[in-house]
Amino acid sequence: MSGKNIKARVIVTLVIVATALFFLMPSITQNLPSAWKDNTDKIHLGLDLQGGMHLVLEVETEKAVESAMERISNDLKDVLMEERIRFRHLGREEGIFTTLELAGREERTAFEKVLKDTFPNLAVKTSQIIDGREKIWLELRDKQVESIKKFAVEQSLETIRNRVDEFGVSEPEIIPQGEDRILIQLPGIKDPQRAISLIGKTALLEFKLLDEEHSLEDALAGKVPPGDVIAYGYKVDQQTGRRTKIPYLLKGKTLLTGESLEDAKVTISDRFGEPYVSLKFDSQGARDFDRVTAQNVKKRLAIVLDGVVHSAPVIQERISGGDAQITGSFTMEEARDLAIVLRAGALPAPVRILEQRTVGPSLGQDSIDKGFLSIIVGSILVIIFMVMYYNLSGAVSDIALFLNIILIMGTLAAFRATLTLPGIAGIVLTIGMAVDANVLILERIREELRLGKSPRASIAGGYAKALSTIVDANVTTLIAALVLFQFGTGPVKGFAVTLSIGIVCSMFTAIFVTRIIYDYFVWDRNIKRISI
Amino acid sequence: MEIIRPGINIDIVGKMKIAFGASLLAIIISILSLVLHGGPNLGIDFVGGTQVQIKFSREAGTEGIRDALTAIGLGNSVIQRFGYHANNEFLIKTERSSSELEGLSDRIAEALAEAYGTENVEIRQVEVVGPKIGKDLRQKGLLAMLYAMVGILIYITWRFELRYAVGAIMALMHDVVITVGIFSLLGKEFTLPIIAALLTIIGYSLNDTIVVYDRIRENIKAARKQPLKELVNTSINQTMSRTILTSGTTLLVVLALFFLGGAVIHDFAFALLVGIIVGTYSSIFVASPAVLVWETISPSKEKGKQ
Repeated sequence: MSGKNIKARVIVTLVIVATALFFLMPSITQNLPSAWKDNTDKIHLGLDLQGGMHLVLEVETEKAVESAMERISNDLKDVLMEERIRFRHLGREEGIFTTLELAGREERTAFEKVLKDTFPNLAVKTSQIIDGREKIWLELRDKQVESIKKFAVEQSLETIRNRVDEFGVSEPEIIPQGEDRILIQLPGIKDPQRAISLIGKTALLEFKLLDEEHSLEDALAGKVPPGDVIAYGYKVDQQTGRRTKIPYLLKGKTLLTGESLEDAKVTISDRFGEPYVSLKFDSQGARDFDRVTAQNVKKRLAIVLDGVVHSAPVIQERISGGDAQITGSFTMEEARDLAIVLRAGALPAPVRILEQRTVGPSLGQDSIDKGFLSIIVGSILVIIFMVMYYNLSGAVSDIALFLNIILIMGTLAAFRATLTLPGIAGIVLTIGMAVDANVLILERIREELRLGKSPRASIAGGYAKALSTIVDANVTTLIAALVLFQFGTGPVKGFAVTLSIGIVCSMFTAIFVTRIIYDYFVWDRNIKRISI
Repeated sequence: MEIIRPGINIDIVGKMKIAFGASLLAIIISILSLVLHGGPNLGIDFVGGTQVQIKFSREAGTEGIRDALTAIGLGNSVIQRFGYHANNEFLIKTERSSSELEGLSDRIAEALAEAYGTENVEIRQVEVVGPKIGKDLRQKGLLAMLYAMVGILIYITWRFELRYAVGAIMALMHDVVITVGIFSLLGKEFTLPIIAALLTIIGYSLNDTIVVYDRIRENIKAARKQPLKELVNTSINQTMSRTILTSGTTLLVVLALFFLGGAVIHDFAFALLVGIIVGTYSSIFVASPAVLVWETISPSKEKGKQ
């Protein structure tokens, strides 16, 4: 590189530094014209620095398949009865198979016609002759199973998004991961436990009738009437606060579900000032509710949430307005959260927590403070050392170092990259490593000077010989950083990002920027001796 | 100022046997420690589990905490002080994790709040890693190390030659094994950030090694007749100044991180510290001499083509 075009290079450098500062400003002050603010953003802090929660959920898609099978087998039963095809023992096995027994050839043929016409998604897996009757195992076709699973995940994503929206977290991230996982990041969340309950609750609301004809005791003893199911509710003693479990015998058939809801709101009861959730059904739901209440006046209707009986009030009269209430001993928060999940809808399948990482805000702030202290102290140590060891040349390297830090932070802000605690460590590391490039160049220059070359030639020679070494050495660290970026998660990814950015920036400042300063002194000012 | 005089000429290569011996000893001790401890001390990132970091606003001891935890059936959790004594911060770790919504971490927090008073207990951090994710991360960690080594092998072979690459990889594995060994000896835990530190050490240690290789290549071009042994020695000496300096400055900043960075990043800084020291040593005493050993085992066909 010739000693000329110093002006051009200075301009290039200034433009780059100015760009970095442009992107960096919002992180330093909010007092900027709105046009500036619109195009830029504060540096994104990772969850480990700003506090918040990281959650990985797994959608139990098999359960969604089971539910679908349940619905289809109920429908199948209805259709077979309509068509008067005789069958026995229609039930489910292992959750994913529907089994039934047919009397003979005739039934089998009629049955197959029904399958072909009405249930194309069911396929006969296998059949066996038992006691002269044919037992058939039915399963859902693979393609259908795939699509149910996929849809379950999509719907879960949507539902969770709605719930999180209502929760009021700024900048939440909800993204699918793999086939059946969902990644959720909630920065700055104050009550992680409540958030998890809200997000993970299946929130399946079902209305079922109580079976008051059969004996509850007999059922508990083991004799459950066909089609019935035992469910439990809780009763909280107002004075002692103790919870007791109460069994209920319910008719298995679900009359209405939360899907028919149009709205759910928290209301305060006039009587005791207790909060309850008032429900409003949509038009079809209102009609269904009207029918159910009309047919079952004076009977008890159980409101079941996620398999737990919430309450089982008596139907006093036919309700045609489509309004209902869920009462019970709620706190205001519980009632509000229940309203949220009912509004957002039920999850199509339960979710499991695979991974959770929560950082409290105080720890986050602590980490930021300590991280930046390390950067400052580390930088000071290096700056002092460089000047001590290389005199003025050391000072030149220090200028490069300072610009380096600005460039790194600016690049992070420009690319909306996330800064994490290991990321800050990456910056600290880069400071130490950036010195390397400078040292390589300076040592070479010293060597050239010792050989008796002129300042101009020494500088040219030093930079030229050091260049390939610098590139080689930095590329290997870059390879390691890229691998880390590929395989790392969260904080580690942040580290890889700052390390990579740091390496590139430090190469730029060491090779390009410091050269400008030297060239200025050696060509324009024509100094005879380099302070090194 | 000059720490290393320009005309320095230590017979590094002559001390090769001693250096190899020392390295071998260090490696054997490392492997022994790993075997005795039943493998590296893997954190919950890799084996799954629950970890809660709690800060008490008044004096607390592991005994009291253990009592509170025993009440909820977690009496055999690992309870460690975290950071300085005055912080009253503790780390509670158990291998169990719950995929239920009401997780173990909440039960732990509740139990402690009951025992010490809710205002006195602050949850600083919670980490729950289910077994599936733990397995995932284990695989990812190993793959990352593998890919990095392969990538580096390819790059160096391309820029230099295969035997240089082999020398470099040997130095790297030497660094990794010894760092892992020291961690094992001190009972420190392996978490994801530590793997990140290891990968950084790999990349960084390579810096030094390449600088020396570069010099060797330059010197070979300039003086083809000289025996490789001498050239290698000269090269190491010529770059000694730079090697010590760079490692020195990087050490300075890592020390800043180690002492000032706080407890969360402490082990990470420690890994970097150990790695840099061992890495510098291996760049001087292991990588280049390894090239020599390779040369004596299988000398290159043309003397000039080196």
